[in-house]
Amino acid sequence: MQPSRQGGIIGMITERDTEHIGQLADIAIHREELASFTSRFNEILEYFDLLDQVEVVEEVEERAYNILREDEVTPSLSQEEALSNAPGNEDGFFKAPRVM
Amino acid sequence: MTVIVGLEIHCQLDTATKLFCGCSTDYRDDLPNSHVCPVCLGLPGSLPKVNRKAVEYALMVAKALNCEVPEESEFARKNYFYPDLDKGFQITQYDKPLAVWGYLDIEGDEGEKRVRITRVHMEEDPGRLVHKGGADRPKYTLVDYNRAGIPLIEIVTEPDLRSPKEARRFLNKLRATLEYLGVFDSEKEGSLRVDANISIKGSERVEVKNITSYKGVEKALTFEVTRQKNLIRRGQKIERETRHYLEARGVTQAGRSKEQEHDYRYFPEPDLRPLRVKSWLDNIVLPELPDARRERFMADYGCSLNHARTLTGELKLANCFEKVVASDKRGLSPLAATWIADTLIGELNYRDMNLDRIEPAAVTGLVLLLKAGTITDKSGVEVLRIMLDQQLKGEAAETPDAIVKRQNLAKTAGDTGAITAAIEEAINENPKALDDYRAGKGGALNFLVGQVMKKTRGKADPGELNRMLTEALKRREA
Amino acid sequence: MPGHTVSFHPDDRYSAFLRTVAEAPCGEGKLGGIRVAVKDNISTAGIETTCASRILQGYIPPFDATVVKRLKREGAAIVGKTNMDEFGMGTTTENSAFGPTQNPVDPSRVPGGSSGGSAAAVAAGIVPLALGTDTGGSIRCPAAFCGIVGLKPTYGRVSRYGLIAYANSLEQIGPMAANVTDASLLFEVIAGHDPRDSTSLDCPYRHIPDPEIRGVKIGVPEEFFGEGVDPRVASVVWDAISLLERKGAEVITCRMPSMAYALAAYYVTCTSEASSNLARFDGVRYGPPADTKRPWHEAFQERRREGFGEEVRRRIMLGTFALSSGYYGKYYAKAQAARNNVRADFERLFREVDVLAGPTMPTVAFRFGEKSDPLSMYLSDILTVPANLAGVPAISVPCGKVERLPVGLQVMGRWMEDERVVDVAYAFEQGGSA
Repeated sequence: MQPSRQGGIIGMITERDTEHIGQLADIAIHREELASFTSRFNEILEYFDLLDQVEVVEEVEERAYNILREDEVTPSLSQEEALSNAPGNEDGFFKAPRVM
Repeated sequence: MTVIVGLEIHCQLDTATKLFCGCSTDYRDDLPNSHVCPVCLGLPGSLPKVNRKAVEYALMVAKALNCEVPEESEFARKNYFYPDLDKGFQITQYDKPLAVWGYLDIEGDEGEKRVRITRVHMEEDPGRLVHKGGADRPKYTLVDYNRAGIPLIEIVTEPDLRSPKEARRFLNKLRATLEYLGVFDSEKEGSLRVDANISIKGSERVEVKNITSYKGVEKALTFEVTRQKNLIRRGQKIERETRHYLEARGVTQAGRSKEQEHDYRYFPEPDLRPLRVKSWLDNIVLPELPDARRERFMADYGCSLNHARTLTGELKLANCFEKVVASDKRGLSPLAATWIADTLIGELNYRDMNLDRIEPAAVTGLVLLLKAGTITDKSGVEVLRIMLDQQLKGEAAETPDAIVKRQNLAKTAGDTGAITAAIEEAINENPKALDDYRAGKGGALNFLVGQVMKKTRGKADPGELNRMLTEALKRREA
Repeated sequence: MPGHTVSFHPDDRYSAFLRTVAEAPCGEGKLGGIRVAVKDNISTAGIETTCASRILQGYIPPFDATVVKRLKREGAAIVGKTNMDEFGMGTTTENSAFGPTQNPVDPSRVPGGSSGGSAAAVAAGIVPLALGTDTGGSIRCPAAFCGIVGLKPTYGRVSRYGLIAYANSLEQIGPMAANVTDASLLFEVIAGHDPRDSTSLDCPYRHIPDPEIRGVKIGVPEEFFGEGVDPRVASVVWDAISLLERKGAEVITCRMPSMAYALAAYYVTCTSEASSNLARFDGVRYGPPADTKRPWHEAFQERRREGFGEEVRRRIMLGTFALSSGYYGKYYAKAQAARNNVRADFERLFREVDVLAGPTMPTVAFRFGEKSDPLSMYLSDILTVPANLAGVPAISVPCGKVERLPVGLQVMGRWMEDERVVDVAYAFEQGGSA
């Protein structure tokens, strides 16, 4: 997906772009929300353009590396505990919508 | 039409715990969702922590594949929505992989060949999905997260392979290498998965996903090569696409054309710190790898190149061979190599049996009988078959000696009377063969040898039989 | 006192709590029998934890966050879960799916956010101590607006295990209390290394606040008194800084050029991380179910539309966009470079001064609905986000009022020098009350 930001005004995102972003983010946007989401996005993205002026002054060293744990088994949840918050389950499996 | 193949191989690392939590990886015989915790279930608030052993194993692989290990590597999130992902993203490595630019030498279609490795990185396995309501019209999906978080390494090759057979050879060599390293168990179901990129030079590339067996790679690629070549012959264009391999039918099938567009939005995993493990390489002492062992088998045991290659191509086979000949390296090796590399493997495959099912000591016993000349090769095969069948049926295992005695398979050496009688009988019963022999038809002698063997139940020494039969025929001519 | 409980039947007139525990178990220790409120994005075993979102309604964690374990170990009574902006996304607590919290100082105003419930619970005197979380000011802002003390610790000093992530690289759990001493005590209990959190530092906090600040160099960045800062607020804060100077501190004005784009860097980073963090709420393992009669993507998209409030959806989409191919370089990568520069600015300044001081918020508490435009709400975080971007400690301590509404003095310190910001705040608190 390549939202164009080439809509009415150069550099602005369009309602179609907003729909695309919704698709990519897997969030449904209802028709009546499109206009307001789009105009808010444009205000915010315009503000984000401040980042265009950023140049790296100096690299700051990372503070920690190689944070690791040993390969030792710790107790798992029981199947019952694992499923305790699941809204749907069957034969010990979680239930999800079909993917095909 | 030049075939161009590159592979992406996912292997489960054989650690005791998952990549980011302490859940046991030994899940295969257990209930669904019984090897899970807040981390690998993606419960809100849980945090991953990297398994040191997984990093060590991955580095061993990197070193064995002659890779460069950059100063720093890091984990990244690969974002996509699918119910097998407990967090809505997979923790993998992206622009800073653990290792890059290595190679693995294989026996190519035209001799020794160096296949370049693009990268080796670590990532977590997703969960397992079960589609309910039939394969054609699934109603809903069931999810088991026991597999979620199992450590994987992904090994990506350059497009250096030139045929399905080479791809299979590469995979076999890679498997052997990983097994020699002790980081991978190829016998665990689903422990290896392969995606292949394949194209005919000058045409678009097709990705074949979901190959889950060693044999499947060659089959899937052979199917795909044929399909693509046929398209080109018919003047059609090959489309750049992703196809799925259907193991049961041996075919590849186009994915849904309208699959979700993928933009994985990778970014560094903020819950983990980067790795700086290049210096660990110095402390890794690699075990003997397949190539070195092959050379040693040739030097120490006098194995032929082919036998050495076969025997060292699987860790268990190589170990079995060395145990079989341990008592008398030079004395037993030539026979043991042939019997293990050729006969034993064939008989095991025929029965779909695993090498574990036969004791090296039993093979040693058999080889000793053959070496002493106690039994003929034919009887040797008979003994081997009986031993394997006993294993297969779960019967009490007899030693080769006991089988030879019980079945009276000892060579009829010295007992020339019995052989002479059998020869006379065979010639008398087959006058046409005698005529053919006289007419100079070479096949006749072999036919008669077969007849005599049948009568002596394979116990006649083939060399001696040949000599005696030729003499008998000469006598008839006179 | 194992087996003991504390009764808790508060008059929650400002809607600080999402749920309370009528008989809260407690024990002995540094916080023996003391009522502590916990923000609702911190996992509490057996107590519903929702992040004030419909998408987590009914979710009962099977484990305690490390900070909750530590509270229990010291005998605290966890008496309730406090209201917040959904997933921490807001500066007012108006973005809670379960309704706003009111500011106890002036119920017509917001308590600030996102830890507004925790701040209100403390300010109203319902509990002496509360845990908040601070991603870009979410502890300090409501502390300032409600007139209490709130500390955002050095990144890594408090375990995030069990904190439901909004923006992992920025956020910390921290103490909120009526005074510095109590906040310091609560911090002592929750701080320390946690092997479960790879970003956790091995640096416990054992400190008695010390009001002696003679010789301490206080830097005052001009940018903290720039455009958008209410002059009345600025004046109160300058008075506070002068008090510190009279107590022996040396005050030095300085510049922090990275402030020009710090807020943009912050919002790109937090929305990017959030877009990924919030992908797990798919209704398969917990939370209200996804519709299993529809195909996966359809069911998932609709569930997310219904389950998340408007601001959460906006931030998920912004973050998705900032990470998407073709825009990663313009947004996410640039934001990380900007963040690097913010850290470099702090490091440079901290070679010359010991702490930085300024207002916590540019204004006093807003009226309800005053920040309905998202960008103007984002802009109000300008003074708090630098400390999160750099991972350094920052505290807000009440320093006066503008028209009866509290103003917070913010003190930021060097990485791992939480003790010093506590001391400076304590010095002010002591001097101010004298």
